[in-house]
Amino acid sequence: MTNAVLQFGLSEWLQLFTHFLSLSLLSVGGAISAAPDMHRFLVDKQGWLTDSQFTASIAIAQAAPGPNVLFVALMGWNVGLNAGGLGQALLGVLVTMLGILLPSSILTYLTSRWSHENRELRAVRAFKQGMAPIVIALLIATGWILASAHGDPARDWPLWLTTVVSALLVWRTRLHMLWLLGIGGLLGWYGLV
Amino acid sequence: MKLTDLEPKQEPLSLFDLFVSFSVLALQGFGGVLAVAQRELVEHKRWMTNEEFLEEWSVAQIMPGPNIINLCITIGGRYFGVRGALASVAGLLTVPMLLVLGIALLYAQYASHPGVTGALRGLGAVAAGLIVATGLKLAAALKKNALGMGICIVLSLLCFVAVALLHWPLAYVLLGLGLVACILAYRKLAP
Repeated sequence: MTNAVLQFGLSEWLQLFTHFLSLSLLSVGGAISAAPDMHRFLVDKQGWLTDSQFTASIAIAQAAPGPNVLFVALMGWNVGLNAGGLGQALLGVLVTMLGILLPSSILTYLTSRWSHENRELRAVRAFKQGMAPIVIALLIATGWILASAHGDPARDWPLWLTTVVSALLVWRTRLHMLWLLGIGGLLGWYGLV
Repeated sequence: MKLTDLEPKQEPLSLFDLFVSFSVLALQGFGGVLAVAQRELVEHKRWMTNEEFLEEWSVAQIMPGPNIINLCITIGGRYFGVRGALASVAGLLTVPMLLVLGIALLYAQYASHPGVTGALRGLGAVAAGLIVATGLKLAAALKKNALGMGICIVLSLLCFVAVALLHWPLAYVLLGLGLVACILAYRKLAP
């Protein structure tokens, strides 16, 4: 945490807003794909966030319930805290979240309405049928990438095993996911995985 | 769209229903909401079939922005227009946002506790499994795909290798493989 208070005026807030606004339409595959550029801007260029605040923002949003895009809210929150206090932190949340969500949401809303109204068109049907296997593979790849963060399978096999077992249980049974998450958290708390 | 399941399909009743449903959905989603979204929207709420979920998801995936936000904009907008989309996004974000800010405040104090870091690791491992399982479940919907199972498997494998093993940028994979897949599907759907 930095103790130095940032000088944050109207022009800084505008810069923060427009930066996230500009990243919105580039964030294909989720806001996380724009994270490298957020790091470049917030940490390297402006010095509004420390490296550890940046990393913690992503880790906490991943671990907490809710959409992962909330890591953007945490970045805004931390920038605001660095700029003075709770009021600024709340303003930071508002500015960054509106910036990252507004352009992409408006575009999605219009596109989804259009594609639903034209769902009988051969091109629209071809898009949806063609994308299905790709989308499924992307999901499995996302799980794979998250699991690879476990590290070396030879050393960290309990973590990999946890991932495989929970995948099989959710795929094949109707066991509630919260049970699995609770068990995973407990295993981790006691250092068993 | 033909319904193969025996139980009838349902619809969201009101803006409030959308808000509450997406709040409940979001609060169950650790490490991302997608795994829960399929279970809640298809298996519990029955607002859509697996095939419909995949179709909406493919649009949500290709558009910029968070996939799950895009999905709930699509669903909310389908039934109640702009107000429905807003109610759904508000549901998805409001309570989780308060929670995440609370956790951030706590985390600042307990970040060094070994139990906390361990629990985060355990949660992460389960969350990865949940996402893989969602992919496996949705794969059942490919049986009805116009491309045929063989082509679907080849496309899926190529996409997995490119993204998970070779770490190619998502945008290129979606544009490249996606285009090939859509052209193949277009030809298969010839009237």
